[in-house]
Amino acid sequence: MHIKDDHYTRLLQGLAYTVIILGSLACLVPFLLIISASLTANDSIIKDGYHLIPAQFSLEGYKTVFTFPDEVLRAYGVTLFTTVTGTTLGLFFMTMAGYVLARKDFKYRNTFSFYIYFTTLFGGGLVPWYIMMTKYLHLTDSYGALIFPGLMTPFLIILMKNFIRSAVPEELFESAKIDGAGDFKIYWRIVLQLSMPGIATVGLFLALAYWNDWFSSSLFINDPHKYQLQFHLYNVINSAAFIANMGAGTGVSLGSDLPTESTKMAMAIVVTGPILFLYPFIQRYFVKGLTIGAVKG
Amino acid sequence: MLLPTLLFFLVNSYFPMVGVYYAFTQFDFNSGLLDAPFVGLKNFEFLWKSGTLVKLTLNTIGYNLAFILLGNVLAIVCAILLSELRVKWFKKLTQSIMFLPYFVSFVILSVIVYNVFNYDNGFLNTLLARFGAGPVDVYNKPVVWIFLIIVFYLWKNLGYSMVIYLASITGISDEYYEAAKIDGAHIFQRIWYITVPMLKSTFIVLLLFSLGSIMKGQFDLFYQLIGNNGVLYNTTDILDTYVFRSLKVTFDIGMATAAGVYQSLFGFILIMTVNYIIRKINDDYALF
Repeated sequence: MHIKDDHYTRLLQGLAYTVIILGSLACLVPFLLIISASLTANDSIIKDGYHLIPAQFSLEGYKTVFTFPDEVLRAYGVTLFTTVTGTTLGLFFMTMAGYVLARKDFKYRNTFSFYIYFTTLFGGGLVPWYIMMTKYLHLTDSYGALIFPGLMTPFLIILMKNFIRSAVPEELFESAKIDGAGDFKIYWRIVLQLSMPGIATVGLFLALAYWNDWFSSSLFINDPHKYQLQFHLYNVINSAAFIANMGAGTGVSLGSDLPTESTKMAMAIVVTGPILFLYPFIQRYFVKGLTIGAVKG
Repeated sequence: MLLPTLLFFLVNSYFPMVGVYYAFTQFDFNSGLLDAPFVGLKNFEFLWKSGTLVKLTLNTIGYNLAFILLGNVLAIVCAILLSELRVKWFKKLTQSIMFLPYFVSFVILSVIVYNVFNYDNGFLNTLLARFGAGPVDVYNKPVVWIFLIIVFYLWKNLGYSMVIYLASITGISDEYYEAAKIDGAHIFQRIWYITVPMLKSTFIVLLLFSLGSIMKGQFDLFYQLIGNNGVLYNTTDILDTYVFRSLKVTFDIGMATAAGVYQSLFGFILIMTVNYIIRKINDDYALF
């Protein structure tokens, strides 16, 4: 019996390592392809195509990106600004909402919870929303259009509420009240301090959504100076005219054999860079937050 | 303190519901809500008669079902296998790697797809050339994209759901496994009779959440992979991409609103039905 058991265990171990290694490779190789392409000489790409290992090593892709860094830097600035502002504001509002909804002595909490939840069930659709944003709120070409839509989602509010409920004991509210603390003071001094892991998780979700957003730019922004980073990249990939435009304003002739292919890939790396760099640090919080939030429902 | 949130949803979600009225008008961007000429159900009628609505619905639901089923099954398999790994650093490393695609934007995903599949110098054609095979124009093969879209969905989301299942597996008490071991169950039996059933409630919760959004289908994924490539619409157009295109590219505002309203209503009825059925079967799992 024991021999058989060992046999099965070894079989499973072998299977597990094989599948997980293959899975990890499948997740890594696409990134390697882009990195490699960004480091390949453009001529070599045009002639032989993309390879997993640079056929002819060169930094010209990156050189082109940083010859005229204004556009990339501006897009970085826009994304950084919307990410920081949106995440801060969104967190502030959502933690407050979560706190109120977590308080059991708040009579209308079920009504308001449903008011928030209902928006995930039914909506006016994209077009009426678009018309309202542009025609009635006049948000075209404003940072408001980039920040406002992503501020809150029902999912994150519910996650926040669950966190606060599990992190802050009910009795604490009462004793603080007896000590004379107002609702806002309880929120600011107690709830926020105790639900830090939850805030970190929700904040990361929010920041990631803002950082990766390209949709708001494509809908509401006509002024290229206000493009988000991802939308800037999207344009680089999709328009061959990009390089020509880049040189046009500066009066510098870039010649005809521009490293377009390697530039596209270099741009992708430049845009993804910060996330790949921060990833090892923030990944842990995500896993922790998901674990608490999802298992408790 | 709840006020900002209430206001946000009022403006962002409830006001646009009034705009559903546009679906029944011949919309003109300069007129107000009530000035637009009322045309009744004509927009819907056109969508229905042209066959657009049927095609979009089938695509949207079909893709989502594939996403949900394949996504969950693969995530469960990977989570179980990952939980059986014994080398700790390796387990942590591979988990991080498989979670990585979740963090990059859909625009980066489109860069990857471009890198691999573009006709002139894509990695795939480079590879084929090395083996002496001719190049393949993937962007001209609508049927291939059904497969590609599903694969890239899984690629991006597998890590995320895997982590959730992994958390549930970690939560299972060791006592069950030890008892089973004493009873002589080998490892595959222990997984099949203990781990898998224990994941049922997580599975159902995730399933219900995804069923709720079955009519809203991963707009970013489809739009970034397909863009405005008309050749592929037949197999890859979903309601979200159709509405977006009608708004930004072809300017069929009335039509776009109608399709959006249909999407919302159909989705709403679907969720209500599913919820009703689940409540009948087992009250604990109902969404509300």
